[in-house]
Amino acid sequence: MSHLTDFQTFFLLSVLKIVVVLLITLTAVAYTVLLERKIIGRMQNRWGPSRTGPFGLLQPLADGIKLFLKEDLTPLLVERPLFLAAPMIALACALISISVVPFGALTTFHGVDLFEIANLNVGLLVILGVTSIGVYGIALSGWSSNNKYALLGSLRASSQMVSYELALGLSLVGVVLRAGSLNLRTIVNSQTAHGLWSWNVLGGFQIVGFMVYLISAYAETNRSPFDLPEAESELTAGYHTEYSSMKFAMFFMAEYANMITVSCVATLLFFGGASSPFGHLLPAIGGAFVAAILPIFWFVAKVFFFLFLFIWVRSTLPRFRYDQLMGFGWKFLLPVAMANIVVTSLVMALRG
Amino acid sequence: MSTEVPIAAYLILAAILFSIGVGAFLIKRNVISIFMSIELMLNAVNLTFVAFAHRWHAVPGQIFVFFVMVVAAAEAAVGLAIIIAIFRTRKTLNVDQINLMHN
Amino acid sequence: MIRFQVASSKLFYNQPNKLYVLDVSSFEKDSAHCMQLALFIIFAALAIAGALNLLLQKHPINSALSLVVVMMSLAVLYWSLGAEFLAAAQVIVYSGAIMVLFVFTIMLLNAGEEEHTTGSRAAYLAGIPGAIAVFCLLSFVFLSESKTLGSAHLGGLLDNGLSNIAEISQVLFTRLLLPFEVTSILILVAILGAVVLARKEEEQ
Repeated sequence: MSHLTDFQTFFLLSVLKIVVVLLITLTAVAYTVLLERKIIGRMQNRWGPSRTGPFGLLQPLADGIKLFLKEDLTPLLVERPLFLAAPMIALACALISISVVPFGALTTFHGVDLFEIANLNVGLLVILGVTSIGVYGIALSGWSSNNKYALLGSLRASSQMVSYELALGLSLVGVVLRAGSLNLRTIVNSQTAHGLWSWNVLGGFQIVGFMVYLISAYAETNRSPFDLPEAESELTAGYHTEYSSMKFAMFFMAEYANMITVSCVATLLFFGGASSPFGHLLPAIGGAFVAAILPIFWFVAKVFFFLFLFIWVRSTLPRFRYDQLMGFGWKFLLPVAMANIVVTSLVMALRG
Repeated sequence: MSTEVPIAAYLILAAILFSIGVGAFLIKRNVISIFMSIELMLNAVNLTFVAFAHRWHAVPGQIFVFFVMVVAAAEAAVGLAIIIAIFRTRKTLNVDQINLMHN
Repeated sequence: MIRFQVASSKLFYNQPNKLYVLDVSSFEKDSAHCMQLALFIIFAALAIAGALNLLLQKHPINSALSLVVVMMSLAVLYWSLGAEFLAAAQVIVYSGAIMVLFVFTIMLLNAGEEEHTTGSRAAYLAGIPGAIAVFCLLSFVFLSESKTLGSAHLGGLLDNGLSNIAEISQVLFTRLLLPFEVTSILILVAILGAVVLARKEEEQ
């Protein structure tokens, strides 16, 4: 790479990173859908998709082709520009936040960090900010559809997201206090000292914060048991009632991409990110290549665990009622998150 | 160097945004739009605060912006509640039709 | 013709590399300046376009969305001036909470396009010259003081080894603790006021 200037190397590697991460994320989204259908099928004592390819592995491809080739209907009386913009906003916001996630140990190549697209010192705030912009996609889709079910669904979804964002943000403060930084890599590094025991969820005593985060993350992604915006029995399909073909697929992908992002954040903040659960107990095997790949393996395994948890919860718990949902968020999760902040900061102040 | 951005450029951008806000405040007839142009003016003022904080290396300038944001949030909550209350009694959002003290 | 091109390209390949190797630091400084200039031009244009769109759109929801564009581009400008925390707070608080509240209200009230009445002509007569006068006054002051103001540089305040957030919180929780606590009471009062105002009145 000697004939390239620093800037050119940086630029080319960044573009490469973005393309690779985007491809992997979209593939992961497609296969999370398959995973969900398979696991829920098993939990309900049936097979799940099994005809397309071996073990149904080509099912996401078939779904994609079906959605592409479907007729793209646009109802007559919609607000056309906003109707078109809404799914794009939803998907873009879901995908952008993955860009600050460090998914491996710090490995630089010609001064460029290989396993993170952008290493920002306010990375956590960027994720929260992008997530809060995602509300617009849902709010606008419901409003521009000119459909009562869609409007009700989007009102439910956006008020739910705005309410639970508060508990979600506050539950992360304990972790930020312990790490003393908003940089995601610094937060991960603060949990790598003794493997499993120094993870925030165990040794950091952030188990309360973790539970609050997990519950509000389920509400934030509009997943079961908080999937009232899409409650089929009351609202047909919620805010995306009027969407078909690729526009519907974009909402669908946005939901699963959000799931992946939320799982990544939980991994980074509470489960030590890409660090190994055994700390330095395990002898370093292999060369530099294994040392670079192994953290990614741990990271993916942890994210996979959270995705499995999402699916497990979906097939286990029934749906909340709307007033229960709001009451739970404001009257239970918010005070608990605040108490967690107070206790964490008190303990930290007393100990040092 | 010629590629440097002068602080005055940021301030003039703020001036442009502020005067568009003033114009929108006077021209708009919808209460919600008028309220939004106030937010635009607040944002323009925030930009000048940040630019001056950058110039004089003074953190209190940024803290002022923080306070402005807090006040704007409180203002938006109360203001929109008032707008909803007005709409409930008058069934309109046009300021020219909300000119009576008693209906 | 072909030979000439080859020769010239050789000349071009040799020279910049040498220059660049000699002078790395000035190159980096220059690229930071270029980046700030590019950021400023793109997002200032976006902010002005958004503000004008707010003024020109008839429907309040379009105005609200263009205000969101203004706020997002201002967040980028804050970041380029070294105020990272404010940039994030601008996105989370302004675009993510306040403007969502606006959009929500517009959706709830189902506000349609605004109609023009007799009052609006007087407003045009007063509004446009007033706005232009404000702009002329402000830009005159800023341009006449342009020399003393100097120019911006990327990174901004971070010259004493602290992060922007640490700096802000140190001042906020020591010197300005009382105003900070007062704002929390203000927020509480605003919440109560909003609940009282927006609550449906009981039937007498």
